[in-house]
Amino acid sequence: MALAAERQPVLDVQAVRDLFPILEQRVHGKPLVYLDNAATTQRPRAVLDAMAEFYESYNANVHRGIYAFSEKASARYEEVRSKVQALIGAAAPEEIVFTRGTTEALNLVAQSWGRANLREGDEILVTEMEHHSNFVPWQMVAKETGARLRCARVTDEGRLDREDFRANLTGRTRIVALAHVSNVLGTINPVADLAREAHTRGAIVVVDGAQAAGHLPVDVRALGCDFYAFSAHKMYGPTGVGALYGRLDLLDAMEPTMGGGGMIGEVTLERTTWADVPHRFEAGTMPIAEVIALGAAVDFLLDLDRETIRAHEERLTSYALARLKSCRGVKVFGPPTTAGRAPVLSLASHDVHPHDLATVMDRDGVAVRAGHHCAQPLMRRLGVGATARASFALYNTTDEVDAFIRSLEHAEAFFRGS
Amino acid sequence: MVAEKIDRVARPGEIPSAVGEAAREPDELDDLYREIILDHYRCPHNKMAPGATDLTCSDRNPICGDELTLGIEMQGPCIRRVCFEGRGCSISMASASMMTDVVKDKNVEEAKDWIRTVKDLMKGVGRKSDDELGDIEALKGVAKFPVRVKCALLCWSVLEKALARQDGTRPAHGEEKGR
Repeated sequence: MALAAERQPVLDVQAVRDLFPILEQRVHGKPLVYLDNAATTQRPRAVLDAMAEFYESYNANVHRGIYAFSEKASARYEEVRSKVQALIGAAAPEEIVFTRGTTEALNLVAQSWGRANLREGDEILVTEMEHHSNFVPWQMVAKETGARLRCARVTDEGRLDREDFRANLTGRTRIVALAHVSNVLGTINPVADLAREAHTRGAIVVVDGAQAAGHLPVDVRALGCDFYAFSAHKMYGPTGVGALYGRLDLLDAMEPTMGGGGMIGEVTLERTTWADVPHRFEAGTMPIAEVIALGAAVDFLLDLDRETIRAHEERLTSYALARLKSCRGVKVFGPPTTAGRAPVLSLASHDVHPHDLATVMDRDGVAVRAGHHCAQPLMRRLGVGATARASFALYNTTDEVDAFIRSLEHAEAFFRGS
Repeated sequence: MVAEKIDRVARPGEIPSAVGEAAREPDELDDLYREIILDHYRCPHNKMAPGATDLTCSDRNPICGDELTLGIEMQGPCIRRVCFEGRGCSISMASASMMTDVVKDKNVEEAKDWIRTVKDLMKGVGRKSDDELGDIEALKGVAKFPVRVKCALLCWSVLEKALARQDGTRPAHGEEKGR
């Protein structure tokens, strides 16, 4: 593929941008500078086409009909399982469960594995940098089972406090749940090391991969995690679909959390047996077009090569960090260099509140996020109510980083009254 | 954020310039961030911790994390003084600062009327003249920025909550003597 520029790890950004129709849009008369990729990325033409093609040429329900369209749709749907397996290095396609997204995937583990295995006095260990979706499901299941939720601290530099993590990891810890990449700090957690420590204590390891799957090479077996959850829409795929990876032996022993069509073995008036993994967890009609489009997003990522993507995004992050250093009164949260850092930058300005910053930037065509980013425990740890966040994707450019900095300076000047 | 190609048709009663990107002038930022708003933000009035005997009420905006606590000194049906503390954007803090000025020495009914006035203002509906509105007039521009309306209204909804609670718990006339 021309885009990958064979044997050369430099991304042809212009060629990539041409694949994303939305990037041509203008906002308030200014070229769109889309820097809210941690919330959702944009989709390339191939993903949009995959959805349209399904609806236009072979729309049918899967695993049901004995006719050509249904067979084709079913085959395409199941092919995506193998694509996702390849993307994250799972051992078998059956280890991939399609869900509505990361949140549903994490809730599935909490409600199924958690409910069945947690007893009063058991412990669940999370970290201070978790998104609410990797916090609240554990709080809920802890309340139901009498288990205790513990939380490992974050250092001032925005990394996981390894000492505190070890101190909170006890013989009673059954589940360790943590983000691969923080959606606020950009911190990449050393999942492989942490998983090893957790396993020696007999805990299972659940990873929220929402901010990682579209940006880093992910290999669940190298990471050594037991569950890994991510969303398609944060990796150039459609909304409404995501996946849960689970070790086959664990999934096999798990009960479904939702009953309905497609997840049964046999139904009688008295009882129901479950379908095999993974269909046991996919009750009702799934978002078929979205799953198929997720397959197109996986192809897109694998074609471009994630090492190349990572290198490009590291350059953007490094450039942005360097430019932000010279912005007076601006504090950047998270690791100071790109080592162990994904392309997510949260900042606070001394003079401008994050919401005001986002409004001024919007007028300049720059889309950033302002708020607590569904990470209120982390906001409390950082001592702020909100931050402004810029997050990059493979189609962003250093020119766009410049536009972001210019807009930041514009906002600073506006509010300082100079 | 709305992409430029999208045009909307004005609904009856809507401020014409609030719809359609073409209607948006480049200086709309100045409409939102009027000098009066920035002055209140930089030097807020009555921003201090509530007194020990004040009626207090807090709320936060769960979407953005803004927090606000009001301290209200009541004297019978009259609001003697309101102070606030909290953190939030320029719009939410300036709105709170202005509010403490306008509801001072007003009775509960008058304060409720101000709450309705500002809520309507955010829908582009004017109930008072600019003269009557005073500094509050500067909040008009917020109506053009729908995502920021909740910022301007945070303090007013806290006041509304506090007054409703006051209504419900205030002893009926003549029962306050024993205190």
